[in-house]
Amino acid sequence: MRITQGCFSFLPDLTDEQIRDQVEYILSRDWAVGIEFTDEPHPRNTYWEMWGNPMFDLKDAKGVMMELDECRKAHGDSYIRINAFDSTRGWETVMMSFIVNRPKSEPGFRTWRMEADGRHIRYTHELVG
Amino acid sequence: MDGDMGEKLATVDLKAEYESSGVREILDELDRELIGLAPVKERIRETAALLLVDRARRDLGLAYETPTLHMSFTGNPGTGKTTVALKMAGLLHRLGYVRKGHLVSVTRDDLVGQYIGHTAPKTKEVLKKAMGGVLFIDEAYYLYKPDNERDYGQEAIEILLQVMENNRDDLVVIMAGYADRMDRFFAANPGFRSRIAHHIEFPDYTDEELARISASMLENQGYALDEGGRLAMEDYIRLRRDQPHFANARSIRNALDRARLRQANRLFSGDAPVDAQALSTITEADIRASRVFSGGLDIDGSRRVDAD
Repeated sequence: MRITQGCFSFLPDLTDEQIRDQVEYILSRDWAVGIEFTDEPHPRNTYWEMWGNPMFDLKDAKGVMMELDECRKAHGDSYIRINAFDSTRGWETVMMSFIVNRPKSEPGFRTWRMEADGRHIRYTHELVG
Repeated sequence: MDGDMGEKLATVDLKAEYESSGVREILDELDRELIGLAPVKERIRETAALLLVDRARRDLGLAYETPTLHMSFTGNPGTGKTTVALKMAGLLHRLGYVRKGHLVSVTRDDLVGQYIGHTAPKTKEVLKKAMGGVLFIDEAYYLYKPDNERDYGQEAIEILLQVMENNRDDLVVIMAGYADRMDRFFAANPGFRSRIAHHIEFPDYTDEELARISASMLENQGYALDEGGRLAMEDYIRLRRDQPHFANARSIRNALDRARLRQANRLFSGDAPVDAQALSTITEADIRASRVFSGGLDIDGSRRVDAD
C-alpha cells in the first residue's frame, strides 16, 4: 500500500530534478535541511532515524543531493524523507517534509477493532507485509 | 541568451555578452578597487575572455566541455589573494560557471580531523557548503605533511582530488599560498597540478602602490593623512619592507590601525577641544612614533622599545 505522508505524497514520486528544485526552494527560505529514513512508516512513528547531521548553512542543493545519494546507497530499501526546519524564533518547527525514497514493496495496514470498558470501541493500526 | 533568439543561434555578439553578463562590471570593479596587481588583472581578463568564448561556443552548439576552472593563487602574504578570490567567485557566477557564486574560505583546520574517521566527514561537510560556489583553501600546502606519513591531511587531499574531478560543474577550488611552498606542494601531489588549469602569481606591491593603498584604506575609514603624515608613511613603507614579517597590504593596515590608536591617544591627552578635522587627520607624529623608525620590530624581546 502506498504510504501518503508529508507534502506531494499523493503525486507520483518526485524525480531527482524535482527534489533538487524543492531543496533549492527550502534553501532559498533559509531553512535547515535534514534527511531521515525508516523502515517503519506507521503514522505514529514520528521520529525517523536521522541521516548525518542537519544541514544548516548550505547554499546549493547539490550538497543535499550528495547526502541523499549516500543515504540511498545505505538504505535504498527504506523510506527516506527530507525535512525542512525553520529555526526562526516563534516558528522553530518543520516547515516542509516529503518522502524521496520508498522501498520496493511497501507494507500495508491492518485495522484492529477492540472492545474496551463500557462497550467503547477502539481501533488500532498494525503494519503488515 | 536565454531563448530570446529562437531555436538556434547563428551568431553571438561577444561584446554584447561581455556587457550583459556583468563581466565588465566585475572587471571594472577589480580595476577600481585593487591597486597595482597588473599581471593578476591581466590573467583574470584573459580567463574571462576564455570563459566568454567557451560560453559562446556552447550557445552555438560547437564542441564543448566544461573547462577546468580550478586555480592556484601564489604570492606573499597581504598581496590580495583572498580579495581576488572573492571577485573571481563573482565573475564565475556572472558567467554561469558556478550556480551561487559564494566563497567558502577554509584552512587546514577546517578540512583535517583530529582522529581516525574524523577527516572525511569534516572535509565533506566543507565541500557540501562550498557546492555551487568557490572553495578557497588558504595555505593549502599545510594539507600535506611529508614528514608524517600517518597525517590525516592525505585523506583530505584524496577527497578533494576526487571532488575536483567529479564535481567540476558544481564547484571551483582555488588554492592559495606562498609561491615556493605551493610549488613544493604541487610537486609532491601531481594530482593537483594536473587538475589546476590556472596558476596566477601575485607580485609584491611597490612602495608607491602601498602608499596609494594606505591612502585608500584611510579614506574608507573616513581618515586622511596630512602632508607630513604622507611623507612619514612613505618612509615607513620603505623601512618596513626590509624588516621581518613584512606582509604587504596587511602590514600597512596594521600600521594604520596603530596610527589611529596613537592619534586617539594624542587627541585625548591634549586639553583643547577638537574639531572634525582634527578627529580625522593622521599626522606625522602618529606615524613616526612607530618602532619601525627606531630600528625595527623587537621580535625576540631582547631590547625594550616603548613605542610600538
